[in-house]
Amino acid sequence: MSVPQAKPTAAQKQQRPVADIPQIMRQGRFTPWLYLAPALIVMVIFIVYPTINTLFLSFRNIDGSDWATASCAAGQPCWGVLENFRYALTSDIMLQSFGNNLVWILLMVSGCVLFGLLIALLANQVKYEAIAKSIIFLPMAISFVGAGVIWKFVYDFNPNGQQIGVLNALVVALGGHPVSWLTTPQVNTIALIVVGVWMSTGFCMTITSAAIKNVPADILEAANVDGANPFQTFFNVTLPTISPTLIVVTTTMIINVLKIFDIVYIMTGGNYGTEVIANRMYKEQYQTFNTGRAAAIAVVLIIVVLPAMWINIRRFRSESGAR
Amino acid sequence: MPSLSRTFGKLPVHVILIGLCLLWLIPTIGLLVTSIRPFQDVTSTGWWTVNAPPTGQASYQTSCSSCHGSDGKAIAAADLTDPNLIQKYRRSTSLLALLKKDINGQPHMGTLTVPDQQTLADIATYTRRISGIDAHPTFTINNYIDAMVGYRGTTNYVTDCAAGTESSDLHCDASDLQNSRGMAEAFVNTLVVAVPSTILPIIFAAFAAYAMSWMHFRGRFALFAVLVALQIVPLQMTLIPISKLYAQIGLNGTFLGIWLFHTGFGLPYAIYLTRNFLGGLPNELFEAAYMDGANHWTVFWRMALPLSVPALASLAIFQFLWIWNDLLVALVFLGAQHPVLTYQISTLVSSLGAGWQLLTAAAFISMILPMLVFFSMQRYFVRGLLAGSVKG
Repeated sequence: MSVPQAKPTAAQKQQRPVADIPQIMRQGRFTPWLYLAPALIVMVIFIVYPTINTLFLSFRNIDGSDWATASCAAGQPCWGVLENFRYALTSDIMLQSFGNNLVWILLMVSGCVLFGLLIALLANQVKYEAIAKSIIFLPMAISFVGAGVIWKFVYDFNPNGQQIGVLNALVVALGGHPVSWLTTPQVNTIALIVVGVWMSTGFCMTITSAAIKNVPADILEAANVDGANPFQTFFNVTLPTISPTLIVVTTTMIINVLKIFDIVYIMTGGNYGTEVIANRMYKEQYQTFNTGRAAAIAVVLIIVVLPAMWINIRRFRSESGAR
Repeated sequence: MPSLSRTFGKLPVHVILIGLCLLWLIPTIGLLVTSIRPFQDVTSTGWWTVNAPPTGQASYQTSCSSCHGSDGKAIAAADLTDPNLIQKYRRSTSLLALLKKDINGQPHMGTLTVPDQQTLADIATYTRRISGIDAHPTFTINNYIDAMVGYRGTTNYVTDCAAGTESSDLHCDASDLQNSRGMAEAFVNTLVVAVPSTILPIIFAAFAAYAMSWMHFRGRFALFAVLVALQIVPLQMTLIPISKLYAQIGLNGTFLGIWLFHTGFGLPYAIYLTRNFLGGLPNELFEAAYMDGANHWTVFWRMALPLSVPALASLAIFQFLWIWNDLLVALVFLGAQHPVLTYQISTLVSSLGAGWQLLTAAAFISMILPMLVFFSMQRYFVRGLLAGSVKG
C-alpha cells in the first residue's frame, strides 16, 4: 500500500488511460464486447437483476403476489406499501438486531483494529515475526463454521461437575461459578464478538503491518536522532502516516460486521437475544417464508452498508490513481 | 553489555507477543487434541488434562496399592486386573459395600479410612480401566473415521462393525465413504463446488479486464465505474430473486446453480483487481507485441495472461477459500441435496449437542485444505489482501 502522494487532478485521471492504449492496438467495434460478454451477462443475471428485483419485492407482500399494503391488519399501524419497512425498522426483533449490530461494530471493529495494530507493531520488532503473524492470521483461513465449533467448545458449560470448556474450567479454578456463556443475554453477544475478533484480527494486522513497514526509514531515523522515545515516535510519526490505512481497515471491518451471519447462525441461531440483521433476513426468507420482509431487511442492510462502502471505494480509487 | 540491555529492553515485547500468540492458538489446539481423544475421555475430562495420569490412579495409590500393589496384581486371590472380578464391583456403591465388609475377621482396609463416594467412583473408573473392561488408549483416530463415514451411534464405527451392530445406513466397506451424512462425501462435494466456482470467474474476469484496460470502446470508464459500484451489493440482496428463479428453472440444489451464483458474485471484485493489474503493465510492451504483428487474441493469451499469473493466483486463493468456507450460499442453493462441509457441520452442531469428539474431528477435516493452501501460498494470500479488500 503506497504512502499517499499528491493526488492527480480529476482531469489527469480521465486523460491518462485513454492515451495509454497505443493507437496501433485499435480494433473492430465488436471485439471488446466479445471479451466482455460472458462477464457482463453473468453479472446482469446474478447481481443487477436480483438487486432490482429485491428492491421491488420489498414493497410486496409475503409471497410477492400483491403490494405490501395487503399485509396490513385493520386497527394496526400501517405504512402502506412500506409495510415491510415498518417491520424492518420498528419491530422489536429488528430493533434488537440493530442494537446488537451496533455492539458488534463498536467492539469487534475496535478490537480487531487495536489488536491488529498492537500485534503488527510488536511483531515488527522481533525475529520470529513471520511465525507470530502466521499464528494470528491462521483463523482467517478457517470457516466461520469451523471457528464456531472451536469456540463453542471453549465456551462449553456444565452446570455441575467437571468442566470440559477451557473458559469455565478457568472460572472454576479461580473460585467462580461456571457461566453459560452462550445463553446468558448480553454476555453471549460479547462471547460471539470474541470469536469475530479472533478470526479477523489477522486481516487488520496484515494490512496495518504493511503500512508500518512503508513508513519512511529516514523520518524514523530523524525522530530517533531528535531523541524521541518509542511512544513519541509512534504517536507523532508512525500513527499519522498509517492513519489512512487504518481508516480503510476500519471501514472494511464495519462492512463485514454489518453483514455478519455465520457466527451467529452456528453458535446461537440468533436466540437468547443475539439476533443480528443478516441472520434475521435469512430466517424471514427461509424459516417464516416472508419474502417481502426478507427483501426489506436486505434493502435496509444495503443502505446501512453504503456509506462505509463509499468511503472505501473512493479511498481505493484515489490510491490506484496515485500509483 | 549492550546486547543484554537490548534483550531485556525488549522483554515486555516478547512477553506480550508470545502471550497473544498462545491466546490465539489455545482454542485451535483444544479442537485438535479433542479430535484425537477417545469419546470416553472427551466428555469426562478437559482436553488440557490429556497428559495427566488416568482418573482415580492417585486415589488408588493412596487407598489400595499398599496391599494390592501398584499394578493391582499383588494379591493373587483378588487380582484387580481380572475383568471377571471387577465386573462385580463396577460402581462406587458396590465397591463401598465390599470395603465395609470384613475379610477374615479384619476390616477390609485395615487401619486406612474408607474413602468418600467421589473418590470411590474414581477408583472404580481406574480399576475398570486396568482390568480391561473399559480399556481405551489416550489417543485414537476413530473420531476421524466416524466423522468421515457419518457414524451416529454410541460407541464408534470400528467397534460397531466388528460386533456387527452397525446402523442400517452403513455397510462397513468402502461404500460408507459415500454416506450422505459423512464428511468424506461432503469433502468431495465441497471440492466440486469450489474448483469451477474459482476458475470460471477468473477466466471471465481476465477477458473482461483485458478489454477494459487495452481496448478502445465507448463507455469504457462508465462501465468500469458501474462495475466498482456493483461491489457494494451485499450477498443477501441477491439471494431471494435467484432462489426464486432457480426454483422455476430447476437449478435449486444443483452444482451448476451454485457455480453460476459464485461466478456472478465473484466477478466484480475479480474484474476490478485484474483490471488494476493489467492496466498497470507498461504499454511499450503491448505496442512492441503489435509491431511484431500480434493481434488482441495473441497478446491476451500469450502475454497478458502469463504476466498476470501472480495477480490471478492471489485472486484464485481468495475466491477458493471464500467458497470453501461459505455457509450461506451453500445453505440456500445446495442444502441437503449435496451437503458441503460447512453445511454438514452446521447440522452436526444442531443435531447432537455434546458429540464433541465427532464435531471436533469434522471441523478439523473441513480446515485441513484451507490451512494447507494458506501455509503453502501465504505470500499470494497476503498480496491479494493488500491489493484490495472490498470483497464481501
